[in-house]
Amino acid sequence: MIPKIVLTSGHVDFLKKVSELSGQVVTQCDQCGTCSASCPMVDGMDITPAQMMRLVQLGRREVLESKAMWICASCFACTVRCPRGLDLSKVAEALRQIQLRQAIDHIDIKSIPKDEIERLPQIALVSGCRKFTG
Amino acid sequence: MIPYFPGCTLKTKADFFETSALRVARCLGTELIELPRWNCCGTVTSLTSDDLIHHVAPLRDLIRVEDMNTSGEIYQEYRLVALCSMCFHVLKRAHLRVMQNPGELEKINNLMYLESDYQGKVSVLHFLELLRDIGFPKIQRTVKRPLAGLRVSPYYGCLLLRPKEVAIDDPEDPAILSHLLEALGAEVINNPFKTRCCGSYQTVCDKAAVAELTFDILSRARQEGAECVITSCPLCMFNLADRQKEVREKHPEFEPMPVLYFTQLMALAFGLDDVCGFDQNAVDARPLLQEKGLSTRGAS
Amino acid sequence: MKKKKIDVMERVREASKAVITGVDDKDIEHWVDIHIMGKAYQVPADLTIMQAIEYAGYRLMRSCGCRAGFCGACSTIFRRKGEYKLQGAMACQTRVEDGMMLVQIPFSPAEKPLYDIREEKYESSVLLKYFPDVARCVSCNTCTKSCPQNLQVMDYVQAALKGDFRGIAEGSFECIQCGLCAIRCPAEIVQYHMAQFARRMYGRHGSPRDKNVESRVGEIEKGKFNDEFDRVMGLSEAELKDVYTKQQNTREVY
Repeated sequence: MIPKIVLTSGHVDFLKKVSELSGQVVTQCDQCGTCSASCPMVDGMDITPAQMMRLVQLGRREVLESKAMWICASCFACTVRCPRGLDLSKVAEALRQIQLRQAIDHIDIKSIPKDEIERLPQIALVSGCRKFTG
Repeated sequence: MIPYFPGCTLKTKADFFETSALRVARCLGTELIELPRWNCCGTVTSLTSDDLIHHVAPLRDLIRVEDMNTSGEIYQEYRLVALCSMCFHVLKRAHLRVMQNPGELEKINNLMYLESDYQGKVSVLHFLELLRDIGFPKIQRTVKRPLAGLRVSPYYGCLLLRPKEVAIDDPEDPAILSHLLEALGAEVINNPFKTRCCGSYQTVCDKAAVAELTFDILSRARQEGAECVITSCPLCMFNLADRQKEVREKHPEFEPMPVLYFTQLMALAFGLDDVCGFDQNAVDARPLLQEKGLSTRGAS
Repeated sequence: MKKKKIDVMERVREASKAVITGVDDKDIEHWVDIHIMGKAYQVPADLTIMQAIEYAGYRLMRSCGCRAGFCGACSTIFRRKGEYKLQGAMACQTRVEDGMMLVQIPFSPAEKPLYDIREEKYESSVLLKYFPDVARCVSCNTCTKSCPQNLQVMDYVQAALKGDFRGIAEGSFECIQCGLCAIRCPAEIVQYHMAQFARRMYGRHGSPRDKNVESRVGEIEKGKFNDEFDRVMGLSEAELKDVYTKQQNTREVY
């Protein structure tokens, strides 16, 4: 039996929201997988960048529960290699921001051990806060 | 005299990167003057379409450059040189963003009503671009102590080369650092992982991932024959050098690999022994340099 | 004889009453319309916000302190009629204006981390260690705009990222810890706690030591002034008053 994928208006709304927030025409992704092959962080991800795009295309909100967008390091390798000219870093950022804007931080800066903060260069904490806190 | 943007880490943990760069620039006839009242650029660039507040910080810095011209502190100089790859990336992208979106520029100018309006005149450069403009032949002529026999592998990281709108060189096969190192007399070893991300801010909450990336990047460099790696970003430096401790936790056989800022090698080659800062590196490069007969005289 | 318990605040309030009730309403020429916490009042035009709140019948138990612009208790935010900008001010130091809409912020919630300045290293990383929220600063300048003391708050927060203890100390020197910057900060930084820590660290580790103070303290500890202390402590109330008055009347400046 061929499983059916149903797209309700709720799904379309989510796709629209992510497309607007990222400024990318997510539906243009043809799932070639170049992004997944270029991603240096893919080994630790539960879904690959291409799978993330697919879930967004199908308007699946469950993509917000995945770890992938939090493991992204904003290295832009996917951005320069996408044959369709899509900027995946912006899609990942849009997904992160949807969560962060609900005041759900990904890291708790107060619980980073003090000796670790002393070791980190300022730039690490600034960029970590920028991507992981709202 | 060219305005220079340090960034928070170059004033603190990576101050030897700044000290060596400023002296090297002076040696080449360029005075880099620190931007007055600069603020943190707020790395990494905010990537959503609707976010304006996170572009305020870098734009405020660009306004300072225009102010320096208006007040007569500098004359018709709208270049801003950044040393840190991440700061360079954020400043340049902020400029490009508002140039492509005049409506957003107007909103941001209105928000910062206490500042003069940003006119869009500033051109953000990375120090390497400035060096390229000065010319590698001139750099070669300034070398007093050629780094002969030192096998160096350039590491670019991500934000100098990607995305294309900020790239200072070809994102897939950059050569600017190679040209610089050759001018210094060093033997350049190519590392296929030279543009692979070091893990960046993941170092805050996922040290293990960063350690694996570092292990891959440095092991491959060593496999190709490199004796040390150079970088242009304090975060890459931390991940590649300081995090070698975490690498050894998973790979106890990993030998330390010295990682240096490119300006440290330039200072060494120019004979500016007092600003090389080799005593500040997380992985000591001095034994290697001594072996090559390239030790500095004196403290650093 | 038991001393009567003096309610100091009651006496201060009594002393201020002269300003509020010393004149008959019919003799007051200039009135303004203001809104206190959303309710409209008409008050004499030359009152401060604090006096106006009391004129309107409120008795201030919080958000009221020295009444002299120094303690930072009476933080107020207000909007002027027809304007969208939110202003920050100290109620005891600011006159009411026609159309003003105001509310007081008696307290700015913030946890102060525990530290021992004797044991901390005097380096930049120690600032983020206790105040990692400072890394979230987006340089929006809201804190500077909110400051009733006109301090360049954003500049001293940025100085923290640069590890510039002196910059923080000098920039925050006149801070009265009213809390308005922290309440409005979009990055939820608590600027004044960080500044206080930095001032303490700078005072202990950074600023030049005053040799005169150190030598005088040494002399006191060695007992050089013990005889003089004993003499003064032995004076009667009348003798003390006499000495004080004579001293005030001399031209010597201490």
